[in-house]
Amino acid sequence: MTVRALRAGVAALMLAGMMAQAAQAAEIVLRGTGDLGLVVERASGKVQIIETTDRTSLRTIDGLGDLSHASAVFSRDGRYAFLFGRDGGLSKIDLLTGAVVKRILQAGNSIGGAISQDGSLVAVSNYKPGGVKVFDAATLRLVADIPAIGADGERSKVVGLVDAPDQRFVFSLYDAGEIWIADLSDPAAPALRKFTGIGEQPYDGLITPDGRYYLAGLFGEDGVAMLDLWRPEAGVRRILDGYGRGEEKLPVYKMPHLEGWAEAGDLLFLPAVGRHEVLMVDRRSWTEVGRIPVHGQPVFAVARPDGRQIWVNFAHPRNDVVQVIDVPTRRIVKELRPGKAVLHMEFTPRGEQVWVSVRDADRVDVYDTRSFERLGELPMAKPSGIFLAARAHRIGL
Amino acid sequence: MPARATGVLAGALALAAAAVWASPDPLPWRQDELIYRLKQDCGSCHGLTMKGGLGPALLPETLADKPDHALVEVILKGVPGTPMPPWDFEISVMEAHWLVRQMKKGAIDDR
Ligand code: HEC
Repeated sequence: MTVRALRAGVAALMLAGMMAQAAQAAEIVLRGTGDLGLVVERASGKVQIIETTDRTSLRTIDGLGDLSHASAVFSRDGRYAFLFGRDGGLSKIDLLTGAVVKRILQAGNSIGGAISQDGSLVAVSNYKPGGVKVFDAATLRLVADIPAIGADGERSKVVGLVDAPDQRFVFSLYDAGEIWIADLSDPAAPALRKFTGIGEQPYDGLITPDGRYYLAGLFGEDGVAMLDLWRPEAGVRRILDGYGRGEEKLPVYKMPHLEGWAEAGDLLFLPAVGRHEVLMVDRRSWTEVGRIPVHGQPVFAVARPDGRQIWVNFAHPRNDVVQVIDVPTRRIVKELRPGKAVLHMEFTPRGEQVWVSVRDADRVDVYDTRSFERLGELPMAKPSGIFLAARAHRIGL
Repeated sequence: MPARATGVLAGALALAAAAVWASPDPLPWRQDELIYRLKQDCGSCHGLTMKGGLGPALLPETLADKPDHALVEVILKGVPGTPMPPWDFEISVMEAHWLVRQMKKGAIDDR
């Protein structure tokens, strides 16, 4: 071999090495996760990791199981997402590398989860077998198993699981009609406090952003069960009792979610079950102060982080529309038609953008919340939930 | 008419009656729509793969013992007092029968 050929060979090798290095550097960029998030592509069992600064998709992660109704919470350092799949799958995903760090199948059928105040525990609420399982956030090792056996002696589906201050989780038993507080200060021995007879078929729950009040929406009756976590001894109180005023409610084609909360004027906005209305509650007196007629049966009524606007999406078959309520005037100020099957909306942490998943259009749209202009769109396969890493630092999310 | 021909005719009639009774299949494009609906919209309560959620699993083994007409009735009219809503505003009797046959065959995921 001539010297020249040798040189060329070495140069080629070096070049290849450099390229491999560059490729690797492109793989793992040194960056924060404050503007990252994930979008669930529910039909294909994938998630896309997105960033909201330039509004791009960074990577797709495959093989995550049945992701219908999948949701995610984030580690307190904002690096990892814990994804809860319908099939009982719990996946820990590294947002920076895209690696599935760990994945377990922890139940037959699950509905969502929460991360503890100190970030050390991840809890999952299960339909089958009904209960809550608690895992070590670092290893996903099981640390506590809380079967949801109601006062009736039957195992119940668990819904509306949230984290609460003082290392607690709060959740509702759908079949038994109960609310439980689980104190995980000693993870090996969860201390349970049970509230029975809270109402028929609680279908979802929320905790106010200050971590004080837990609300469970009832499907089986018109009303909401409310628990003051500062004064649990006062018991569960019924609010918005009989808000349907005895009228026949419409059939519900998609269960509403409770996630909306506007602090402006101390108002809470809730989707009414089986009605084309959003209910407004005064959070000091816990009484209804009005209702806003909307386009269809609301699924989500979510507040922009500053509480100035409420964005509402709707159940099938009226699910191609998003309406925006202006909080001070309590009027609908904008109606958007992103396309068929708008499933979820997520605001950036300070609320200048909202990300909207449009399932049947295979798209996620990004809107400017001030001008309502569409800033961009990303192709996604049947997108459903959108979860931004900034949730890491919010109680109840 | 010879007895044999009568027999054949009766047989054909019986077959035709059975076919009507079993109700025909929707057109292919509508089948696709129905399966999409089943996975995506029914799936929000019954699971994308029909393994159950807030609503029960809709799998061959869980449905085997239940007569088609009862399941069709549930789909079209819903179950009052539970979250199961009526679908007769957009699904016909014939289509509901076809959906039940697909669910009982477990033929949702191969499509
Ligand atoms: C909002 C939630 C929801 C949606 C959407 C929904 N279902 Fe249901 N479904 C239920 C519930 C809850 C039950 C159980 C009712 C009961 O307790 O008897 C049920 C029961 C059924 C049953 C009876 C199952 C059995 O084993 O007896 C069938 C069949 C069924 N649903 C089909 C469908 C189909 C088909 C669709 C879509 C076109 C659909 N469901 C959409 C909630 C839902």
